Amino acid sequence: MRHASLLTLAMAATWLMLSGYFIGMILTFGFISIILVVWMTKRLSILDNESVPYLNILKTCKYYIWLFIEIVKANIQVVKAVIGPNAEISPSLIKIPMHTDIDIAQTMFANSITLTPGTVSVDVQKDHILVHALLKEMSKPEDFYEMHCRSAKAVSIDLKDN
Amino acid sequence: MIIAFLSAVVLDSNLVWTEILQICLSCLAIASGLFFVLAGSIGVLRFPDFYTRLHAAGMTDTLGAELILIGLILQSGFTQTSLKLLMIGFFLLLTSPTATHAIAHSAHTANLKPKLGKHSFSKVQRDRS
Repeated sequence: MRHASLLTLAMAATWLMLSGYFIGMILTFGFISIILVVWMTKRLSILDNESVPYLNILKTCKYYIWLFIEIVKANIQVVKAVIGPNAEISPSLIKIPMHTDIDIAQTMFANSITLTPGTVSVDVQKDHILVHALLKEMSKPEDFYEMHCRSAKAVSIDLKDN
Repeated sequence: MIIAFLSAVVLDSNLVWTEILQICLSCLAIASGLFFVLAGSIGVLRFPDFYTRLHAAGMTDTLGAELILIGLILQSGFTQTSLKLLMIGFFLLLTSPTATHAIAHSAHTANLKPKLGKHSFSKVQRDRS
């Protein structure tokens, strides 16, 4: 019930923000579609913390701000590798250990790795991610641990062991 | 863009300094976004194999697109349009790595082996000539 009301509130806010019309007919359409969507999610029984992640939206925003700064840093390194006069790259495949088996934390981590230029997650296994790294400075598996911790924290999930 | 910028700043004498700052910042953001898009396309042409080219393309759709969107947000000010642009930026952060991962994963599944080890561009060009 708590999830259903949260979803209703979030969708109503989105509708009002994005439509910008406050005419009776449009609002009625919005009301009908919100009821329909909530009813369908309830029927599909996917109403849980994962589909309604609005409670930790502040943490996620904080994480994305941190990630954006990392993206800027990595971008500058890759630009140097592209247009630098003595440009040199050393591609490598590395295995990065993963300390969680919860889907959303894994998705968040693999997504962040791909989002940072210079590293692309190629294959996701149970306990590690296979990553293709472009530069030598980016190919140390222990450097990814901080991103792993932060991305797990952004979706309120604790990591297993160490 | 420079012409538009100059005409906006010089011809319109009623501009407040905050508006001038807004135009300057948005021009700067769009210009640096374009720089990253250009560098990404050069990288796609210059890098040696499939996987390394993906990195260059990734640069285009992260910082390039985001900086251009930030510039557009600054240009439109605090309106509904800027909110929509902000949402587009957020969705790009979710969808572009998904597409990149899908391409990389399908290449990996099809047993495409990446070129590993050191690689310098100047050497390649000398070999060709």
